[in-house]
Amino acid sequence: MHELSITQSILSIALGKASEAQASKVTKINLIIGELSGVVNECVEFYFDLLSKDTIAAQANLSFERTPNKLRCRSCTTVFSPNNLDWACPNCHEAKIEIISGRECYVDSIEVD
Amino acid sequence: MEVKVLTILEDILGANAEKARRNQGRLDKYNILAVNVMSSPGAGKTSLILQTISRLKQKARITVIEGDVASAIDAENIKKQGVAVIQINIPGGCHLDANMIENALNNLPLGDIDLLLIENVGNLICPAEFALGEHKRVMLSSLPEGDDKPYKYPLMFTEADVVLINKIDLLPYLEFNIPAFHKAVTGLNPKAKILPVSCKTGEGLEDWFSWLLDGIGEMKKGGKLHIKTEAKNGT
Repeated sequence: MHELSITQSILSIALGKASEAQASKVTKINLIIGELSGVVNECVEFYFDLLSKDTIAAQANLSFERTPNKLRCRSCTTVFSPNNLDWACPNCHEAKIEIISGRECYVDSIEVD
Repeated sequence: MEVKVLTILEDILGANAEKARRNQGRLDKYNILAVNVMSSPGAGKTSLILQTISRLKQKARITVIEGDVASAIDAENIKKQGVAVIQINIPGGCHLDANMIENALNNLPLGDIDLLLIENVGNLICPAEFALGEHKRVMLSSLPEGDDKPYKYPLMFTEADVVLINKIDLLPYLEFNIPAFHKAVTGLNPKAKILPVSCKTGEGLEDWFSWLLDGIGEMKKGGKLHIKTEAKNGT
């Protein structure tokens, strides 16, 4: 739901790095986005088209690598990926968990000309 | 032309986190306790704030930052209580961010504040991702929302210092399983303090007030509170 601000940050990070590298065009932006981050790819693409117009990142291809939600049971240390609402440990059935992956939200790299 | 790949590995929300750290630095300088109050729309954030002002305004100098998509209804109600309030309207926005709080801080008399209550936009998704510079996060859940919310919106609950269960006076009329809710919250966040309250009848609110007064006292002593500038576990 917060894709507008996320997309503004993505564009600003990409343009900043491209300018440091004296690039003339950003052709691709590789993003790592966790399943738990609540970011919808299509929304980011939509805002990106609007925001990047008239910049050297216009028409850049956005690549989304989605990292799965992984939890660790605090009772028996089993690591598992939950199914929908069931966050209980499949091994000991306790619901004492910590999130170890799925919250990622970063620009991995960009490709420039 | 040759295509170059530039490795970046930069947190998309890094600029927000950095600004949140600066906001917290400013608040620390004036020993202001900043509390970010988050919930779904209608859970009772404004009622909680009004109750808090009414009970604590003799003991602490309170200021409120009010975040809403539209209108100044909540801010008007708070102003009637005689405390300073800044209304932030974010048309189409879904959360407050550190930049908005920085602008609000620029317009507040920081030397005259003990407690800054920040009412976030009613939403269980986005506010958890955006640090504001607050010292404490409060998640307000209410009985009509159901006891399964910690499973549906886990991030909000993993980040909270206090989880208030509001509208506890409605318990006889609703099927809300309090032990199941407790289990779900402590499963995600063993450190969270869980307090059942009613902003209508006042039940349970004394525990909330003492928690706030403890925090204000700690801040006055210059004690370092648990830092909340990173919204995430790190990337």
